[in-house]
Amino acid sequence: MEDSRIEECEHDNSNTQEDAQVEESEQNNKDMEVAPALISVHPTQNSVAVAVGSDLRVFDLLDNCAVTLVDESGGASHNDSIRCIKYGTNGKLFVSAGDDKLVKVWSTDCWRCISTVISEKRVSAVAISNDGLHVCFADKFGVVWVVDLPGFDGTEAPLNKKAAPLLAHYCSIITSLEFSPDGRFIVSADRDFKIRVTVFPTKPLNGAHEIQSFCLGHTEFVSCLAFISAPDSPQGFLVSGGGDSTVRMWDIISGTLLDTCEVGAKVELIESDATEANCLTITDICTIPDCNLIAVAIQSLRGIMLLTCDLPSRTLSVTKVVSITGENFVPTSLGSSISGGLLWMVTGASKLRGSDISSLSRVKAVSGFNKSSPGAPEQEPVVLIDTEIPGGAKLLEKLQGSMSIDEKVFLAAADAVKTAMCNLLIKKQYTDEKREFRKRTRNDKKNTQ
Amino acid sequence: MGMFWKLNKLVPENNMLQNKANPTINKSTGLPRKRFYRARAHSNPLSDSHFPVPISPSHVDYSLHYPQLLPLANRTDTFNKIEFADIGCGFGGLLISLATLFPETLMIGMELRDKVTEYVKERILGLRVASPGQYQNASVVRTNSMKYIPNYFEKGQLSKMFFLFPDPHFKEKNHRRRVISPHLLDEYAYVLQVGGIIYTITDVEELGAWMKSCLQSHPMFEPLSEMELEADPVVKLLSSATEEGQKVARNGGQTFQAVFRRITPSS
Repeated sequence: MEDSRIEECEHDNSNTQEDAQVEESEQNNKDMEVAPALISVHPTQNSVAVAVGSDLRVFDLLDNCAVTLVDESGGASHNDSIRCIKYGTNGKLFVSAGDDKLVKVWSTDCWRCISTVISEKRVSAVAISNDGLHVCFADKFGVVWVVDLPGFDGTEAPLNKKAAPLLAHYCSIITSLEFSPDGRFIVSADRDFKIRVTVFPTKPLNGAHEIQSFCLGHTEFVSCLAFISAPDSPQGFLVSGGGDSTVRMWDIISGTLLDTCEVGAKVELIESDATEANCLTITDICTIPDCNLIAVAIQSLRGIMLLTCDLPSRTLSVTKVVSITGENFVPTSLGSSISGGLLWMVTGASKLRGSDISSLSRVKAVSGFNKSSPGAPEQEPVVLIDTEIPGGAKLLEKLQGSMSIDEKVFLAAADAVKTAMCNLLIKKQYTDEKREFRKRTRNDKKNTQ
Repeated sequence: MGMFWKLNKLVPENNMLQNKANPTINKSTGLPRKRFYRARAHSNPLSDSHFPVPISPSHVDYSLHYPQLLPLANRTDTFNKIEFADIGCGFGGLLISLATLFPETLMIGMELRDKVTEYVKERILGLRVASPGQYQNASVVRTNSMKYIPNYFEKGQLSKMFFLFPDPHFKEKNHRRRVISPHLLDEYAYVLQVGGIIYTITDVEELGAWMKSCLQSHPMFEPLSEMELEADPVVKLLSSATEEGQKVARNGGQTFQAVFRRITPSS
C-alpha cells in the first residue's frame, strides 16, 4: 500500500512538508514570527517579568532592582521569540519557553536557570504544577510534555532533562495550559475550539490518560485560560477566552458551560475604530484574586474589560471597561499576583516588519479593585501613572527597555500581533476552486504499477 | 451532512433514489453502485478538511440521522443515544451487519472520505426503503474522528467502538497519524463506558502488533479473554462483514485482532 503525502498542514513542522506552498506560507510565516510582549507577576509580587522576543527581563520589587539572569548556556538565554512565561503558584519557580524550542526553568530566589529542556517543536504554552515538582509544556503539534524537577535548593547545576509525553490534542496547536487551583487537573486549550480537562496523575511521567471532561462551546480557537477560586469548589471555575470574542465560564468536573459573555459585541459599542468586527480575539484573561473579577484584554480595545463572576448564580457579566487614555495601549498580555491587588499589563511586540526597533514593550498597571469581602472600601479601578507603579522608573526602564517610545509604533505592534494570531490560529477557508487547485499542484508521485 | 439529510421523508419526488437519469443508483435494488463512489484508499487525517463539526455532543442532530426513531429535534435528555461507533467505516459493511444484529441500538459510522461517505448514506437510505422498519438505527457522518470524537460523543456514551483495517501508515514518522495510538486511546477511553469494548483488526502484522501493544500499555483497557471472544457475536463480523475483510479472506491473508474492554484505572 502506498503512503500518502501531506497535502497541506500549516502547523506540521516536519521538514519534508515545508517545501510545498512556499510562496504563500513564507508571507504568513513572516507575519507569524511577530511575537507579542508577555508579562507575568510573582504570586506575592516579589518580582515582575516581561518577555519581548528573545529578551527576558525581570525586575525584583523586594530589592527594587533589575535582575541579572544567570544561565550556564552563556549569552542570551533564549535564541528566538519567547512565547510563554509563567511563575509557579508557590513562587519558587519561573518558566520561559518559545520558538527556540528550549524550556528554561528558573529559580526565583537567585534567578539561575536550573533546568533547560529541549523540545522537539516550538513551544506554545507552559505550566508549573502547584507543588513545584513538575513543569509541563505544550508544542505546536498538540503534544503536552512533562518534566520532573527534584526538590532543589537553587545551587545545583542545571539539569538537562528529557521530557515525557503527558497527553495530546491530535494535531492542534495548544494555546494555553493551566493547573486547577487544587492541582488535581491540568487543562489544555487548542486551536480546534476544544478545552480538555485531564486528571493530573501521581506519576505524570507515565502519562495523563484519564480525561475528566471536555469543555466544548467555543466557536473559534481558544486563546487563553484562567481559574477563579471558589470557596465551595476546590477545583475552582475555569474561564476561557477565544477567537469567537467570547469569555466563557465552565465547570471542569462535568465540562458544563455555565455562562458565556459576548465580550466582542460590547467592545464594538465602545470602540468605533474596531474595523474587523469578526476578529476581535480575546488576547488574554487574568483573574484578580479576592475580587471575583476577571480582566480581559481584547484586540483593538485600548484598555481592559472587567467581568464580574457571580459565584452563586455562576454567571459572568461585564462590569466595566477601564480605558487607557493618552496613549495607544492595547494590552498583549495581563498578569496579577495573589496578594498585590494590582493588574499589570504590557503591550508590545518583536520582529515587527518594517520597524527599526527589534523589540519594544510598554508596561502599565491598574489598581483600585473592590475586594469581595464585606466592609471593604468602595473603589474605582484606575490606571496608574508611571510614577505610581511599584518599582517606578527603575522598573519601567528595565522591563520596557526604555522609558518612552513613539506611540505609532505601539499601534503597529498591536496590529501585527493581531494579524499573527489570526494567521496562526484561524483555519484558512478555501473556495472549492482554490482547494482543487491546491490539490492539483500537490506533489503526489504515484507509483504506477 | 447538510442538505441531503433534510430529505428525510422518502417520497417519489426524491431525486436521489428515483431519478431514472441517475446512474449512480441501481434502479432495481435502489442501492448505490460502488463504481461511482470509488476514492483513494488514503485520506490525509492531518488536513483541515471542509465539513461541519458539531460544537458539542448536544449539538448532534439525531433527527437528521435517525428520522424515524427520533423525529423531534428537541427531545428530553433520556433518549437513546448512539452506542456503537465504526471509526473509518469505509463502505459500511460492518454497520449494515450490526444494524440488524442490534436493532434496538443506535450506531454511526465515521468516515473521512467524501465519496465513500456519500456511498454509505445512499446505501443506508436504500436499505431503509427496501426493508421498511429496518436500518433506521444506522447512519454515517463525514468527519475526522481523530480530531472530533469528543464533539460527537459524551463521556462514557459508547458501548462499542470499531477500528477495522485502519490505514497502517507504514513509515515511522507517520506512526503518529495512526488512528490507534497511546494519545488517542485516552479519548476513546473517555467516550467509552466502563465495560465498553474496543474492537480492532488488521491484515498488516506490524500494525496488529502496534495496536495490541498500545492497548496493553494503556491503563484504561484490558484484553477480553478467549472465552469472552468466543461468546461475542460481533467478533466474527470483524473479518467477514466488511469489503476489506472479505478481500483479505479471498486472498487467503491472515488477520490480527485486538479486542479490549474499557476499565476503571487502578490508581
